[in-house]
Amino acid sequence: MSGRYLLQKLARAVLTIIVIVLLNFLLFRAMPGSPARIASHHPGVTQAAIDQLAARWGLDKPLIPDQLVAYVNATLTGDFGLSYQFRGEPVTEVIGDRFWPTMILIGLGELFAIIIGLALGAYAGWRRGSAVDRVGGGISLVLYSMPYFVIGMPLIIVFAAGLGWFPTSGMFDAGATYASGLDQLLDFAHHLVLPLTTVTLGLVGAYSILMRSAIMETRSEDYITTARAKGLTDGRVLRTHAFPNALLPMVTIIAIDLGYVVAGAITAEVVFNWPGIGTLTVDALQARDYPVLQGIFLLLSFTVVLANLVADLVYGFLDPRVRV
Amino acid sequence: MTVQDAATLRARRQWPMPKQAVPGAPLLEVEDLSVRFRMPGGPSVKAVDGVSFRLEDGEAMGLAGESGCGKTTTALSLVRLLPANGRISSGSVRLFGIDLVPKTERQMARYRWREISMVFQGAMNALNPVKRVGDQIAEPIEIRLGQPRGAAQKRAAELLDLVGIPEKRASAYPHELSGGMRQRAMIAMALACDPALVIGDEPTTALDVMVQAQILALLERLRRDLGLSLMLITHDLSVIAETCDRVMIMYAGRVAEEGPVRRLFSAPRHPYTAKLLSSFPNIRADRRTLDTIPGSPPDLRKPPPGCRFAPRCAHAMPVCTEEAPTEVRFADGVRVACHLFPPGAQGVVASGVAASGIGGGLVRAAALPSAGGRP
Ligand SMILES: Nc1ncnc2c1ncn2[C@@H]1O[C@H](COP(=O)(O)OP(=O)(O)OP(=O)(O)O)[C@@H](O)[C@H]1O
Ligand code: SF4
Ligand SMILES: [Mg+2]
Repeated sequence: MSGRYLLQKLARAVLTIIVIVLLNFLLFRAMPGSPARIASHHPGVTQAAIDQLAARWGLDKPLIPDQLVAYVNATLTGDFGLSYQFRGEPVTEVIGDRFWPTMILIGLGELFAIIIGLALGAYAGWRRGSAVDRVGGGISLVLYSMPYFVIGMPLIIVFAAGLGWFPTSGMFDAGATYASGLDQLLDFAHHLVLPLTTVTLGLVGAYSILMRSAIMETRSEDYITTARAKGLTDGRVLRTHAFPNALLPMVTIIAIDLGYVVAGAITAEVVFNWPGIGTLTVDALQARDYPVLQGIFLLLSFTVVLANLVADLVYGFLDPRVRV
Repeated sequence: MTVQDAATLRARRQWPMPKQAVPGAPLLEVEDLSVRFRMPGGPSVKAVDGVSFRLEDGEAMGLAGESGCGKTTTALSLVRLLPANGRISSGSVRLFGIDLVPKTERQMARYRWREISMVFQGAMNALNPVKRVGDQIAEPIEIRLGQPRGAAQKRAAELLDLVGIPEKRASAYPHELSGGMRQRAMIAMALACDPALVIGDEPTTALDVMVQAQILALLERLRRDLGLSLMLITHDLSVIAETCDRVMIMYAGRVAEEGPVRRLFSAPRHPYTAKLLSSFPNIRADRRTLDTIPGSPPDLRKPPPGCRFAPRCAHAMPVCTEEAPTEVRFADGVRVACHLFPPGAQGVVASGVAASGIGGGLVRAAALPSAGGRP
């Protein structure tokens, strides 16, 4: 990958983030009622807090430049204000607490879905019309069309409520004390199984369907005929010639998907009451906790931009034609 | 080409003959080959219909004919690499006497590249865009010949050198090479396992004239130095005249005429060959004399009965639209399928499909001096 390509992509990402920050500023200022008034509707917010808020954000001063400067300054220092809902806890801390559960759940879910989906799709596309293709294709299509709660509810009914193998919700047993870190980890893993399965199943269908068509497209390429003419085994042609080429369009698709990881997590988290960004968003919306929502909005935007940047870099690494 | 000559040529190869090879059998003997392409909801395409020919070790054969006449299909069936809807419906392809048609996919893979390799048109698409050229050349050496990676890489570099590409370009990706270089790399790749036969399917079509000439000179040199056999598919008859010992003219999936290049080009017997030659632009020829063949090749889903060229043939007779002509062989080694030359006509020494078999080969061997002039 050349330095120029890298620089170009980085510059684009930075530019996008600047635009997002500005948009975030305007969006929440453009909403009806001043931030102070919205805050005052909140039972937990005192007049003193509102005054403090107004002073902090320069609400008595003009929008541009004073309020903007104050906002950009605060954003740059990682100060997103205080949550209304959580008794004035800083937004960064509120979101920070919820960030890792989401990353683990969705990150692992994506990882499994990508591995299983790409392998299944590649095999199905390569052996079009085979049993794997038909059965796998059917299952993929069904899963693809099912939202998380449709996948998650039956899992809860059967494996949690019915068989009692797994807990129905949460991340740890309520009020549990642990003898060791390992115990705590095991409890966590126990709680993770069902939500993780749900997320994996929810994502795997799309990846497998897309990979199947990507492989089918490469199948008819001349270099595949060349590889077969070389007397390579079918599996080898698939692994070393078709797969790396079919992966190229997938990288972009996966990256776009990763960008919506957090957004997509909302229903999955709500079904299992998983204490992540998804449930936090729902809570914040219900409580009209604007500072938290604003923080989440920024976080979501960053993940999209970051995912796209990673996609560009991975693509540049995989495809020698863009490395020039 | 005598059997002894062929044996010395074979001895030059690094690898032994395939285990099941029949001693004394020709390099390639194709008999009555037919290929069908299944079409969704309709009659299948009879792309190749009863094609027979043989190729001796060290020989170069040109294959010409209008677009869609089945040249590529014939070539691909030799290594059984037809598109998914294509199938060899009858006939045999014997390599050193081993029939490849009934082989399983796994058995077939053993003969690919080690015995028959291919150079495709437009190496941009025939080379994998995400793999280094050197790795693509080394791949069959490593996988098929079981050589360690280092040795395979070294051999790949040597091969690049042999085709006139600096060894350090081994680390280049296909898109970083010019069209001519890519085609050279493709040729280097085709030589990787020291095959007995290289098939070039329009290997120079996408290149400019100067590069074309270079590539052809390279192929010619390699053929002589390495004792390769060559099957060269091209629309350019002058290329065949320069490079090949024999030429086969196909029309609508069948062999129209086949024989030594000089005989066939100086005195074409089949009306289609004659038309093809007179429609071929010649630098010395006056533009007004350039001929065209009226009409177009038949729809191969429902080919006309009798001779497939009949609708366009100036010599067509009533029998032409009723009966397919039988192949006859002349004493000078030329084979023709046309009612103008019925079995028993003057100069005909054999007739029928079997003529392309062993018997025909003997006849040709006797009549070969005119073609044997080329090494
Ligand atoms: N996969 C396929 N499915 C159906 N028909 C096919 C398929 N491949 C080739 N054909 C048909 O078979 C016939 C022979 O095609 P082929 O590619 O062998 O011709 P060719 O002589 O190589 O032509 P060209 O000079 O254009 O390369 C053509 O009529 C073509 O339309
Ligand atoms: S068989 Fe008849 S139609 Fe066909 S080429 Fe000969 S003369 Fe022409
Ligand atoms: Mg062709």
